[in-house]
Amino acid sequence: MHTATQILENEFLEVRAKLLEVAATLDRIDRSVAESAPLDTGAQSSRNRVDEAIRILLEEGPDRAEQLQRFFSHEYEKDWRRDMEI
Amino acid sequence: MDYIDPHIHMVSRTTDDYATLARMGCVAMSEPAFWAGFDRGSADGFRDYFRQLTEVEPKRAAQFGIQHFTWLCINAKEAENVSLSRDVIAMIPEFIHCKNVLGIGEIGLNKNTKNEATVFLEHLDLAVKFEQQILIHTPHLEDKYQGTRMILDMLCDDSRLDRTRVLVDHVEEHTIDEVLDRGFWAGMTLYPITKCTPARAVDMIERFGGERLLANSAGDWGPSKPTAVPDLIFEMRRRGHSESLIRKVVYENPIEFFSQSPNFSFTPRDAGSDPAS
Repeated sequence: MHTATQILENEFLEVRAKLLEVAATLDRIDRSVAESAPLDTGAQSSRNRVDEAIRILLEEGPDRAEQLQRFFSHEYEKDWRRDMEI
Repeated sequence: MDYIDPHIHMVSRTTDDYATLARMGCVAMSEPAFWAGFDRGSADGFRDYFRQLTEVEPKRAAQFGIQHFTWLCINAKEAENVSLSRDVIAMIPEFIHCKNVLGIGEIGLNKNTKNEATVFLEHLDLAVKFEQQILIHTPHLEDKYQGTRMILDMLCDDSRLDRTRVLVDHVEEHTIDEVLDRGFWAGMTLYPITKCTPARAVDMIERFGGERLLANSAGDWGPSKPTAVPDLIFEMRRRGHSESLIRKVVYENPIEFFSQSPNFSFTPRDAGSDPAS
């Protein structure tokens, strides 16, 4: 297993590149809003979710990927069998 | 390194892909029945498909020294049509004893509907009746968490099932823990955009260990990479994991899981006699 320092050294450029992709995509959306029309309601909701996802990345802890997955998921409805009559 | 792809849809792949997989070390594969990209109109369409899975693909694979195994069902997407599903389920026993059939799969949920759940439960009955192993598809994206929990509810409510003979596939960071905790096998699917990358799969191996864990490409007709398992091998080596752990995940674990099926007549590449001796 690599040390934390080794992992960061190995992955830094790739993380940098991925962050730039996200930044450029957000810039593209903003440019289009300025030049054409604002986001419609559904798209604005998706845009807000991206902001919230970015906030999750800034939190401390070993399970950011799991937190993001849960954030992008529908909630578990424990009474689904009763509701579906199965 | 020899490896086994436990979930790949070769009916969608070219013969060149078989050649490439063989050159990269693939010695066996299992192909669950799935959606063809369009809804089939009758049970006879599935009869032809099951012939393709049990007769045609094993021969195509054998040309490249790859042993081909398969699983039968009506997939979750077409399971929305309950009447068609019941016709297909009634037909499966015609094929269940074909020599490369490992069990019932990939059954599961797609949009987590009542019809899908109904057909899933009827597939479980079929598997129990014929003492078959089960391979399960879990939904995509935002439906995965709820769908996986629903599937686990149905499996755990059925005391007839042996959990060690059930593989819950397409696990990701938010579903793997519960699948393994409840005693099932878990499959990680290395599939661009909608599932898991090799790097994230290795993260999960590091978090959960290599027990009851499989990795597959699910290579199909969509954007996918049939050589994704070698990518996982490369990523594990790059991170300094032992060859024994890599071999366990990509070779020994599939053999251990599949060996619970009487039709898994796998012959390891090094089991033959040496013609020079």
